[in-house]
Amino acid sequence: MNAPTRYVDDSVKGFIAWSMVWGTIAVVVGILISLQLAWPQLNYAPYLTYGRLRPIHTNAAIFGWGVGSFIALFFYITQRLTKTPLWSPKLARVTLWIFNVAIASAAVTLAMGINRTKEYAELEWPLAIVVAIIWVLFSVNVFMTILKRKEEQMYISLWYIMATLVGVTVLYVINNLGVPLHLFKSYSAFSGTNDANVQWWYGHNAVAMVLTTPPLAIFYYFLPKVTNNPIFSHRMGIIAFWSLIFMYLWTGAHHLLWTPIPDWIQTVAMAFSIMLIAPSWGAVMNGYLTMGGKWEQMKTNYLVKFLICGITFYGLQTLQGPMQAIRTFSAFIHYTDWVPGHVHMGALGWVSMVLFAAIYYATTKMNNTEIYSIPLANAHFWLVLIGQLIYSITMWIAGVQQGSMLLATNPDGSLHYSFMETMIAIMPYYKIRAISGFIYLAGLSLFIFNIYKTFQKGTDSPVAEA
Amino acid sequence: MLEKNPVIFIILAFVVIMVGTTITMIAPFKWINGPGDRIAEVKPYTPLQQEGRDLYMREGCNNCHSQTVRTLAADVERYGYGGTYSKSGEFVYDRPHLWGSRRTGPDLARIGLKYPDSKGAWHKKHLENPQSVVPASNMPSYAFLNAPLDTTYSERKMKLLDFPYSQADLDDLKGKSEMDAIIAYMRKLGTDIPVKKAAAVTSASAAVVKNPFTTLVAVERDAEGTYKQHCASCHGEKREGTLGPALKGSVRSDAELFKIISGGIDVNGMPSFSGTLDDQNIWKLVTYIKLDTK
Ligand code: HEC
Ligand code: HEC
Ligand code: HEM
Ligand code: HEM
Repeated sequence: MNAPTRYVDDSVKGFIAWSMVWGTIAVVVGILISLQLAWPQLNYAPYLTYGRLRPIHTNAAIFGWGVGSFIALFFYITQRLTKTPLWSPKLARVTLWIFNVAIASAAVTLAMGINRTKEYAELEWPLAIVVAIIWVLFSVNVFMTILKRKEEQMYISLWYIMATLVGVTVLYVINNLGVPLHLFKSYSAFSGTNDANVQWWYGHNAVAMVLTTPPLAIFYYFLPKVTNNPIFSHRMGIIAFWSLIFMYLWTGAHHLLWTPIPDWIQTVAMAFSIMLIAPSWGAVMNGYLTMGGKWEQMKTNYLVKFLICGITFYGLQTLQGPMQAIRTFSAFIHYTDWVPGHVHMGALGWVSMVLFAAIYYATTKMNNTEIYSIPLANAHFWLVLIGQLIYSITMWIAGVQQGSMLLATNPDGSLHYSFMETMIAIMPYYKIRAISGFIYLAGLSLFIFNIYKTFQKGTDSPVAEA
Repeated sequence: MLEKNPVIFIILAFVVIMVGTTITMIAPFKWINGPGDRIAEVKPYTPLQQEGRDLYMREGCNNCHSQTVRTLAADVERYGYGGTYSKSGEFVYDRPHLWGSRRTGPDLARIGLKYPDSKGAWHKKHLENPQSVVPASNMPSYAFLNAPLDTTYSERKMKLLDFPYSQADLDDLKGKSEMDAIIAYMRKLGTDIPVKKAAAVTSASAAVVKNPFTTLVAVERDAEGTYKQHCASCHGEKREGTLGPALKGSVRSDAELFKIISGGIDVNGMPSFSGTLDDQNIWKLVTYIKLDTK
């Protein structure tokens, strides 16, 4: 027997705490913009107008909450799967501070209107460079830990982690290419249709490499831990992995159906989107089968609830997504509120659910303690679930209603509804959606309180665990 | 083997993601925006229009407005304004593209055709207070754009983007506000490609063709809807006149009215509707606006 490994978790804790801060800000801004869509008087010009706040919402959510907690959990998981302490704890601490400065600067510059307008790549070049540096520092740290590992076998989570490191680097760098005009302004290196094609190659693979592979890495690690069952099939995981990262890159143009993008690119995107159901559901089934029939844990173990609910929404998301990628259906729902419904089922139901479970679990382990309150965690679960369901369902209804009104024509070919008639029709849903945001925020507050209390009562000794 | 060697694994993962990337993203550079896509009439932005475009980006208008008319019939009908669906060649000067992914508001790809007014009165009123024009709108007010335009980088922008410009173009920026710039950009959108104006033909024949709809019952249902959708924002909900003159009980002849609605009076901001409405609907409007009741 070797001496137990001493894992270095201070940066894991730091990233968890800060990602929760950014996540809360994202949700609060999300609520504000959802209110603005129903009551435009709430646009406090110029810094707090909808057009400037919406990118703050998406950036705080994806980069602050999503990427922040992925970094934390990748540090956590990698150390444990390799039975090796983090390669450079100092570098990790530096990364955390640059990360926070970058996210804060992102919020400030976006509020000032410094915005490249390419979705999920809005930050101007100096900040984009800082983001790339953060990513490289983080990647090097994780990769070096893997290189120096004591456990020879690499568990499937490490595969997803490494693919994420490579994938995000390629995507982010290419889509951010541009020519600087001055410190706060640059023009894209690509123009028109090319720019659109590059953007959605990036945009959809941000979904793949940020909102799919990292939560899958986390899911594959924590589900066996939480249930005490081994993963059902490692081989199935591997097949699903390679086909997933192969297919995703072909599908960007499903965001651009019926536009001037060459037809064959649209058709290829459509076909690959449908094929993606297979690897996605490979992961879902692997998750369900890992339960080994012990479904009573859904009642007795609050963490299983979060994880199984999360993978279920992932399953639904990867059925709905391919459907949206079909030309005829896209004609109907593209540009409508259906899409935010899709987005938030994924972001809230899949990504955030898995993150909640992982953060609960990792927090108790790192602090050598139990969770402060299981009833609070259960209340948290129900509030975020209800909030998310109301959000998505109202937006799907609104999307279908507006989509069908916009396409409706009279017998003579003229349009049946004016644009404003369609907007007035969906106003009630905007109001309900805003309420769903408050329900979600209530759940999130319980989560933060619970984690805070658990940190408080824990002991901070960095002992080894299995 | 793979399960034990992270370096080989990373290289292989990179190769796998580059296959789809190369075929669907890198290879198309060969022909997208190539000579086959070019449209001679499409002109680069002037310094003022480019400033407006940059303001459009600064304000994040793209979060609510798309800029592509899809090839769908309903899209062309709703957002074509007499033009057709969007073509690749119309966007070659757009760095970045501003196609957007949401239509919280209407598509703006051809908005220049919808509001041709050279003074931009409609846009100004609408941007300053959208609800004053369209009461149920949820668009934010952009009155703060009535601020002087910063022209420090205007010339450098033209050079960087490799757009032609003259000293007169630069002089034209003097004393302009941010509002002027964004309106100049709105007015440019979609106007490069000539749209076929049916106006000349129909208005000539209007003098001979008699209005087929002479009674209120025949037109009310259709015409009221058309009016609300296309005319109310400038002539008022009750035809009382706002940006445009009052229309209630107009004393002009049917043929005259037909000609104005069909052909527009571009210079003063009355758009041409020959591309948007067919003759039948225009005749119905003529009957409807002449009424002096309701
Ligand atoms: C919150 C979403 C939102 C934002 C942000 C927004 N708009 Fe709008 N916009 C709308 C809506 C909704 C309408 C339709 C109702 C109306 O005309 O006000 C509209 C209408 C318009 C129209 C008239 C379209 C037509 O077909 O008549 C123009 C032009 C326009 N917006 C320009 C802009 C510009 C320029 C900006 C940025 C400075 C902007 N909008 C920002 C929502 C928005
Ligand atoms: C963008 C604003 C705008 C819209 C939309 C608009 N108009 Fe006008 N209209 C004007 C303006 C401005 C004038 C005044 C032009 C002039 O006198 O040179 C005008 C003039 C007219 C006139 C002539 C009035 C007169 O007696 O001098 C008629 C008739 C008219 N519009 C009908 C319509 C109809 C019908 C519609 C809808 C299909 C419509 N307009 C939509 C702005 C608009
Ligand atoms: C529950 C609280 C939240 C509310 C009320 C909320 C609200 C909103 C609103 C109003 C929009 C704009 C939709 C539109 O264009 O019409 C939006 C967009 C978006 N939000 Fe949220 N949001 C919340 C939480 C989150 C979280 C936690 C994430 C990510 C982890 C997220 C990710 C996104 C993304 C990616 C978009 C862009 C969607 C698109 O382009 O279609 N949101 N949100
Ligand atoms: C097989 C898997 C998936 C496919 C084929 C797919 C397909 C699509 C399509 C076609 C759109 C564009 C909708 C439109 O604008 O008309 C879309 C949007 C989106 N999807 Fe998915 N989806 C999948 C999984 C996911 C997952 C797991 C997430 C995680 C959260 C996600 C997040 C998003 C986001 C954020 C957008 C909005 C992009 C934007 O317009 O800004 N998707 N998806």
